[in-house]
Amino acid sequence: MSTTISIDGFTAWLDAFRTRVTENKAYLTELDSAIGDADHGSNMARGMAAVMDKVGAAAPSTADELFKTVGMTLVTSVGGASGPLYGTFFLRFGMTAGSVSECDGAALAAALRAGLDGVVARGKAEANDKTMFDAMAPAIDALDSALASGASLADAVAAARDAAAAGRDATEPLVARKGRASYLGDRSAGHLDPGATSTAMLFDALAEVIAA
Amino acid sequence: MKKLINSPESVLADALRGIEAAHPDQRVDHENRVIYRATPKEHGTVALVSGGGSGHEPLHGGFVGFGMLDAACAGEVFTSPTPDQMQAATKEVDRGAGVLHIVKNYTGDVMNFEMAAELAAMEASVDVKTIVVNDDVAVQDSLYTAGRRGVGLTVLLEKIVGAAAEQGRSLDEVVALAEKVNGDGRSMGMALTSCTVPAAGKPTFDLPDDQMEIGIGIHGEPGRQRVPLADASHVAEQLVEPILADLDFGSAPTIVMLNGMGGTPLIELYLMYGEVARILEKHGITIARNLVGNYITSLDMAGCSVTVLRADDEIVSLWDAPVETPGLRWGR
Repeated sequence: MSTTISIDGFTAWLDAFRTRVTENKAYLTELDSAIGDADHGSNMARGMAAVMDKVGAAAPSTADELFKTVGMTLVTSVGGASGPLYGTFFLRFGMTAGSVSECDGAALAAALRAGLDGVVARGKAEANDKTMFDAMAPAIDALDSALASGASLADAVAAARDAAAAGRDATEPLVARKGRASYLGDRSAGHLDPGATSTAMLFDALAEVIAA
Repeated sequence: MKKLINSPESVLADALRGIEAAHPDQRVDHENRVIYRATPKEHGTVALVSGGGSGHEPLHGGFVGFGMLDAACAGEVFTSPTPDQMQAATKEVDRGAGVLHIVKNYTGDVMNFEMAAELAAMEASVDVKTIVVNDDVAVQDSLYTAGRRGVGLTVLLEKIVGAAAEQGRSLDEVVALAEKVNGDGRSMGMALTSCTVPAAGKPTFDLPDDQMEIGIGIHGEPGRQRVPLADASHVAEQLVEPILADLDFGSAPTIVMLNGMGGTPLIELYLMYGEVARILEKHGITIARNLVGNYITSLDMAGCSVTVLRADDEIVSLWDAPVETPGLRWGR
């Protein structure tokens, strides 16, 4: 079982994420219709398609090059709030991972944490605002805990995936305090957050690739 | 849902081609999705850049022209445009006196324009300032929301600030005027239906025949509350009262807009304006100027919004200044 993830592995992660958001485009749109403006599915599918095109053409050899391409492509192709948020996530991820061709568990965890910090700096979300943060923060905390207790990379990423899914589910009863859903007040409760849902897909994709 | 489109993915590109064909006074950068004036304004005057999701036409592209905007960045339907678009627009329209970004207060719009301003600051070639419009009284401005939305007042602000920029005021003066207008205007909207986003193919939410949404935005999302359908005079009350409760208009002249959300016929908009004007006059408010029509829409949403701006002689005079855009045209 691998203790590191290579550039090919990272590329496979992005491709698996793209597959998930594309296959679930209608579902993400449905979620975003309940408490938003019905564009999250289209935005993410379009953005990740552009990412895979750009990455395929650029063929980067280091993590920083790869994720800079990913981040900038998302910023320029997604729009809305998701573009700057996911874009900043990947830009910071790449900057922290650095000019390397593979990452071990500790490096992955540090890069993910930097990505999360970037999301918070950009969007200023806090726990229970009913945003992507509510899936991402628990996922990264779970990853850190698992690695600290000696888990393998695969097991640690699986724990992150499970925590992201639980975090997404936990957004359902919340009243949104950020983003378009916050205009609905109490009416936003009883619906999953679309951003948390796509974030859970991101960690699900990562777990699939590491386990492979 | 029937729409006059070729495909959901090509709506924006196809519409931009149509806009360019229809308006010889404008030109379109199709790659960056920016609408420009065909004839740039005077050198040494402040340039105005705005933008937002598509689907609100004529806002913003329909307001590009003499006396109003210099450029409008078009995002996908109901999706904020991206920083590279704002960067391209800002560099292109700069006349050496700085550029004002007019941003409606939505999380996505604010973040994308913020990133664009960061990039501009890093390049340090153009002086960029930003005004965030947040006139919607339906949303509480609190720690628990994303803040008040930028809605109808955006139209009035683009006109008034556009006139000031055309007249040669400095960037600081234009910013100060924008902040004053933003502070002095309030809006409230309602909907009889949601709207259908091309990619979704069906209305964003369903509204029973005997109900309406009060406190809507412009992106087809549900409003603050759903209430029983009422007649026009009672709808007008539900829109005007929250505005009057939020700002003291005193004896100032006002500029009032009765805006259609896109799916409501003009006969109903005029009817609603009559009701709104009656209520305002009952409260002793003087209406100096008005606009009735579709100015900031939400695709095919049926409904309307009211905007009331507390003005003064200067603001009225800037309102009256010549403007020549597809969306507003007088004095030339």
